[in-house]
Amino acid sequence: MKKNNKQILEGSHAVAEVIKQIKPAVISAYPITPQTHIVEDLERIKAEGEADFEYIRAESEFAAASIVLGASATGVRTYCATCSQGLLLMTEVLFNIAGLRLPVVITCANRAVSSPINIWNDQQDSVTVRDSGLLQLYGETNQEVVDLHILAYKLAESILLPVMINMDGFVMTHTYEPVEIPAETLIKKYLPNYVPPKDIILDVNNPRSLGTFAAPDRYMEIRQELFDDAAAALSQIKKLNLEFKKVFGRSLGDNGLIEEYKIKDADIILVAMGSVCGTIKDVIDELRAKKIKAGLLKVISFRPFPDEEIIKSLAKAKYIGVIDKSISMGTEGILASDIKRACYGKIKVPIKSFIVGLGGRDVTKKMIEKIIKEVKDKKNGLHFVGQ
Amino acid sequence: MKKLKNILTAKPGTTAENLTGGWRTYKPVVDHEICIGCDMCNKVCPEGVCFSTGLKNSKGRVYYDRDLDYCKGCGLCVKHCPVKAIRLVEDYK
Repeated sequence: MKKNNKQILEGSHAVAEVIKQIKPAVISAYPITPQTHIVEDLERIKAEGEADFEYIRAESEFAAASIVLGASATGVRTYCATCSQGLLLMTEVLFNIAGLRLPVVITCANRAVSSPINIWNDQQDSVTVRDSGLLQLYGETNQEVVDLHILAYKLAESILLPVMINMDGFVMTHTYEPVEIPAETLIKKYLPNYVPPKDIILDVNNPRSLGTFAAPDRYMEIRQELFDDAAAALSQIKKLNLEFKKVFGRSLGDNGLIEEYKIKDADIILVAMGSVCGTIKDVIDELRAKKIKAGLLKVISFRPFPDEEIIKSLAKAKYIGVIDKSISMGTEGILASDIKRACYGKIKVPIKSFIVGLGGRDVTKKMIEKIIKEVKDKKNGLHFVGQ
Repeated sequence: MKKLKNILTAKPGTTAENLTGGWRTYKPVVDHEICIGCDMCNKVCPEGVCFSTGLKNSKGRVYYDRDLDYCKGCGLCVKHCPVKAIRLVEDYK
C-alpha cells in the first residue's frame, strides 16, 4: 500500500466513493438533509457511467427500504442511506430486513427528530431504532466512517444481519477531511463478491415465498436465533477488524468495538459515540497538561453492545460521565442507560448522564470541560449541558 | 457461509398443506333443498371456498357447498343468501 493516498473529501462524497468501490448491485434511497449529498453523488456516479449499479428512485423512505429489502432477498449486495424522519418512516421495514436476515447496509447521517422540525445533528434518530435488529456502528471521523462501510458489508454478509453506519449529520457529512478511499482491488481482497446462501433466496427458477407467517410455535425460536446471532456479532467484529488491519493497515478503534483514549490512569472517564469524541480528545489533552487525569471511552459498536470490553475499560475509573446526543424521555441518555446496564454489579462508582448537542447545538470544548469538572460534584441523574 | 437454523423463505404451495379451516368457531351448513344455485355466496366469500357442486336437488336446481378445509366461518354467505339456505352451527373439533 502507498504511504499516502489521502484526498481532501467531503464526508458524504467519501461515503459515495467507497460505496462505488464496494460495488452494490442495487441502491435505493430517498433524499433527506443531511444525507442528500451521499445519494446525489451516487446518482451522479451512475449517470456518468462510473458504476453499473441499479439506482432505483423511490417515492418515500418506506419504499426505498422496501426496494433494498426485495433486492437483497434476491441475493445481491444493496445500499441505502437516510436519517431522521426518513429513518423513522423506515422503521417497520427495518424490523423486516433484520427479521428476514438480509445483509443490507444503510448509512444514517444522524439528525434530530421533529417536533420542532430541525435538520441539524443529534443521534435521536438511530438510537430510536436500536431494537430493530440492525447492528449499529458509529464513526468519529470520515476516515473511520469510510472504513466502517467496508467492514459493515463483510460483517453483514458473513452473519446475515443488516448493519447501519452512523455519521453525524453536517458535522461529518458536510465537512472536508483528509480521507483515503482504498483501491477497488484492495477492497475486493478484503470483501470478495457476495455469495448469498443457496436455496433460500428469491429466484425465478426456484420459486420461494418471502415474508411468510410464523405462528406462536415457531416465532420465538426465530427471534431467539436473531438475538443469538446479533450477540455473536461482537466476536465477529473483532475478527473482521483484525483482518481489516492486515489488509488496510488501520484498525477501527482498538478492536472494532470500542476505542480507549488515555484511560489507563484516568480518574474521570467520559463515554461517548460519534464525532463528539474528537472534541473530547482535544479537551482531555489540554486537561492532562494541567494534571487532570481524564480519559475517553469511545463506543463504536452500539448494537451489539460490547459489555465486557466496556466493563474492562471502566474498571478503574472514579467518576464516569456518559455523553449522549439523544434522550429517552422520562429516563436519561440512551447510551447512559446501556452503560449502566452493562456495568450493573461490576462497577461501583456512580455513572452520570449528560445530554449535549441536541438539534445541532455545537458541543464546545468549554462544555466538555464543564462536564469533566462537574462529574465529581453533580448528583446522580440527568444533566443537560447547553452552554 | 452462515447457515440459518430457521429458514425464512417458504416453498411455494404450502397453503395447500397448511389448512386454515381449523381457525373457525362456526361452520356454514347449506340446505341443499333450499339452495337455488344463484352464486351469491361465491360472490361475497372472502376466501373463495363456496362452489357449485354441479349436482341437482329434487327441484332440479344445481346446489352449492363449502370447502371446509379453508372456510374460516365468517358468516358472510349466511348474511347474503337470498333464500336463507345457509346457517352457522358451532364447529366441534
